[in-house]
Amino acid sequence: MGIFDKIFRQLGRGEPWGVHPDEHKRPASEAPIRTLPVPPLLYIPFSQHVGAAAEPIVHVGQKVLKGECLAVAKGTISAPVHASTSGEIIAIGPITAPHPSGLEIMAITLRSDMEDRWLPLEAIVDPLAAAPEVLARQVADAGIVGLGGATFPASVKLGLGRRSGIKTLILNGSECEPYLSCDDRLMRERADGVIRGAVLMRHATGAREVRIGIEDNKPEAIVAMRAAAAGVADVSICVVPARYPMGSDRQLIIELTGIEVPAEARAADVGVLVHNVGTAHAIHQAIDLGRPLVSRVMTLNGAALRQPGNYEVLIGTVVDDLIAFSGGMRNTPARLVMGGPMMGQVLPSPLVPVVKGCSGILALSAEEVAQGEPGPCIRCGSCTKACPVGLLPLEMNARIAAGALDGAVGLGLHDCIGCGCCAYVCPSHIPLVQAFNHAKGELAAQARIRQRNEATRKLAQARTERLEREAREKAEAAARRAAERKAQKARDAASAAPEQANSEGAPA
Amino acid sequence: MNLNPLPDGDAELAPLAPAATLVAVTASPHAHGGGSVARVMQRVMLALTPATLFGLWLFGWPAINLFVLTIGGCLLAERICQRQMGHKSSLGDGSAVLTGWLLALSLPPWAPGWIAVLGGFIAIVIGKQVFGGLGQNLFNPAMVARVALLVSFPVVMTQWVVPQPLFSTEAPGFIDSLRITLQGPELPDAIASASLLGHTKTELSRGVELTHALAAGPAALFDWAGLRSGSLGETGALLLLVGGLYLLATGVIRWHIPAAVLAGIALPALIAHAADPERYLSAPQHLLSGAAILGAFFIATDYVTSPNTGRGQLIFGFGTGLITWIIRSWGGYPEGMAFAVLLMNAMTPVIDRYCKPRILGRQTNGQALEPKLIDNTGGA
Repeated sequence: MGIFDKIFRQLGRGEPWGVHPDEHKRPASEAPIRTLPVPPLLYIPFSQHVGAAAEPIVHVGQKVLKGECLAVAKGTISAPVHASTSGEIIAIGPITAPHPSGLEIMAITLRSDMEDRWLPLEAIVDPLAAAPEVLARQVADAGIVGLGGATFPASVKLGLGRRSGIKTLILNGSECEPYLSCDDRLMRERADGVIRGAVLMRHATGAREVRIGIEDNKPEAIVAMRAAAAGVADVSICVVPARYPMGSDRQLIIELTGIEVPAEARAADVGVLVHNVGTAHAIHQAIDLGRPLVSRVMTLNGAALRQPGNYEVLIGTVVDDLIAFSGGMRNTPARLVMGGPMMGQVLPSPLVPVVKGCSGILALSAEEVAQGEPGPCIRCGSCTKACPVGLLPLEMNARIAAGALDGAVGLGLHDCIGCGCCAYVCPSHIPLVQAFNHAKGELAAQARIRQRNEATRKLAQARTERLEREAREKAEAAARRAAERKAQKARDAASAAPEQANSEGAPA
Repeated sequence: MNLNPLPDGDAELAPLAPAATLVAVTASPHAHGGGSVARVMQRVMLALTPATLFGLWLFGWPAINLFVLTIGGCLLAERICQRQMGHKSSLGDGSAVLTGWLLALSLPPWAPGWIAVLGGFIAIVIGKQVFGGLGQNLFNPAMVARVALLVSFPVVMTQWVVPQPLFSTEAPGFIDSLRITLQGPELPDAIASASLLGHTKTELSRGVELTHALAAGPAALFDWAGLRSGSLGETGALLLLVGGLYLLATGVIRWHIPAAVLAGIALPALIAHAADPERYLSAPQHLLSGAAILGAFFIATDYVTSPNTGRGQLIFGFGTGLITWIIRSWGGYPEGMAFAVLLMNAMTPVIDRYCKPRILGRQTNGQALEPKLIDNTGGA
């Protein structure tokens, strides 16, 4: 049974999933993290996370200290934002969003006073003796969100883990996206902080153990993390093969635990929670030092840049300032990307702020982008081989191209994680993942329209019913009144009748 | 490290205004693996080169003419179709050249030129472009052409010659070869020959037993090194195998189809030969004859017309091999690879429909898996 099962699985799933893109991590990954000086102006958006935008509690002209809360969380899934430096609020209004659309988002403009003075900070003394809720509260107040790019509020996830009784906490240090090395540098230089964060998170979630997955292309980080984790109970460093998208939740969970998270279920359902190593470090800072999330380590990379490297950057710093500080551009990039090359988003311009979820800024040359003219599909199956989820991208694309979105859903469109492996390997340069993202958006829009139509229909139906009821009630009331009147008349007639009878009877 | 200082003080106090868009909006990924259709085709052609050079050397100038004319016919047909349909020329991707190349390898080496050009047109026009061009065809274009020619011109398509290597004394010179190419070969008995499969079929149908038939047959009927008669790509089977292994090593093809095709031929051959050696050829004879190796590594593996999952490819390959053996053993034609490939091409959409990869987190039937809680009570 065992061997047949193995053979069958081999036949069914074939070669290992994923792709091995050119890493492009060096030389950026070899230089130590540099700290960007405080820029004169910072633009801090209210919404830097998944969930509801934060609500501002400051006004124009107000002086704030570094770490002061500028906007508070609104609702259960939200996160506050803080002043990245000390200074004066000079505007609250729309700015260009760090998003391909280039639409506007609300942000606070902070003019730095160049003193960078912290607010008095309140750390938690002996956090491992404190209740898990206290730690989660502190993390929530610090505005920490998933720093791997997902930007889900970290405290919500900690609470979810505790409620679901998770057993294993996984820290994601795989950093499988090419070009990025901020997690690598963080693990090399601040391994103690990451491990401390891991211990705190284990306490906050009630997990039994922590496994930290690091790809084997980061030997220095593995050494540093192993040294930091030595002697820490139930924290283990696990080396995983370098393969994109190893950093995707489900893939990393399989690699580290052998457990497959069922479709339509969450990692917590199998007793696992995954956080990024950067988030762990931020949680350590929030709990042990009382520091809210006002800066992050990020990678600046790409052939169009003079000096690629990793930088500790204040949240709200303008990308243009960051690039200028690093030494500027060699030439105009073909694309400016926020995040990694596989899943990052094009920036409309460098005049946008760095936000919490920004793991890197890439200024890519035309050669790096290697954009080709899409040709016909030759059904080579490269996309099927590369898909880490086991989908048939070529078939899904054919359905979508023919407008049969339901057919694509039947082939597993909603299981697509959008990693981009298919488009990366396609010899015909067909924009596969782009088509899937488009189809998902289209389906979501259709669902919204259906919902709205349904709501409209229900309202209309309710109105018709109400009108009918009112008309019926009116008619009934009228009938009742008419009947009453008739009865009254009858009674009147009855009382009058004897007299009449008498009067009539008399002459007879 | 040269770090520029930031501009100080009141540099620009206006809130960030939407700037001129830097580039056209594009979606991720912003990188590409560098593969291309042309590169795939080039690799296949490179893999075919050793066996092709051997075949051309073995059969001399008429074979070279045939090879050039077949590819020329395909290119011409492709160009005409694309011009008629107003499509951009895509001759550069190499797919038409490859179709012609494979067709040429499946033809009798001294076939007349009109067979080559006609075959090229059938392959490209009927086999490929009427379906909508590259990637759209249901059937392997080269095999469509080969079968059409075989059914229409059975005599010309089964005239085999004894190998007459280039530069050997008996080989026709270039001028003589033009006569053969233009008029077709008038084969004197001395150079007319039969392939192993053809000879076997003929003799068996006359009631001759295999051991006698093979002993009495033409001299170079079966030769491991390939010095024997047969189609252009039939003789260099071992060189084709080398090319096929190169394709496997470079990841152009996967192992499933070639392995299954060869197994589909070899398994029944083994059984039948063991049961009745006077009636059935042995597995090695089958594997090194006809288009077995060419078909397994280069024809059945055609991306467009084969299934795209490993399991589907195994079914497809085994079916192809099995049908080939059945036609060879019991059918009317000595060789069945082309028919087998076409039949299984027709099955491909069905195979693809039923052989889908399992989606992560789901059972093969598409239902979500049952959550299985992690067990780490033993500690890390």
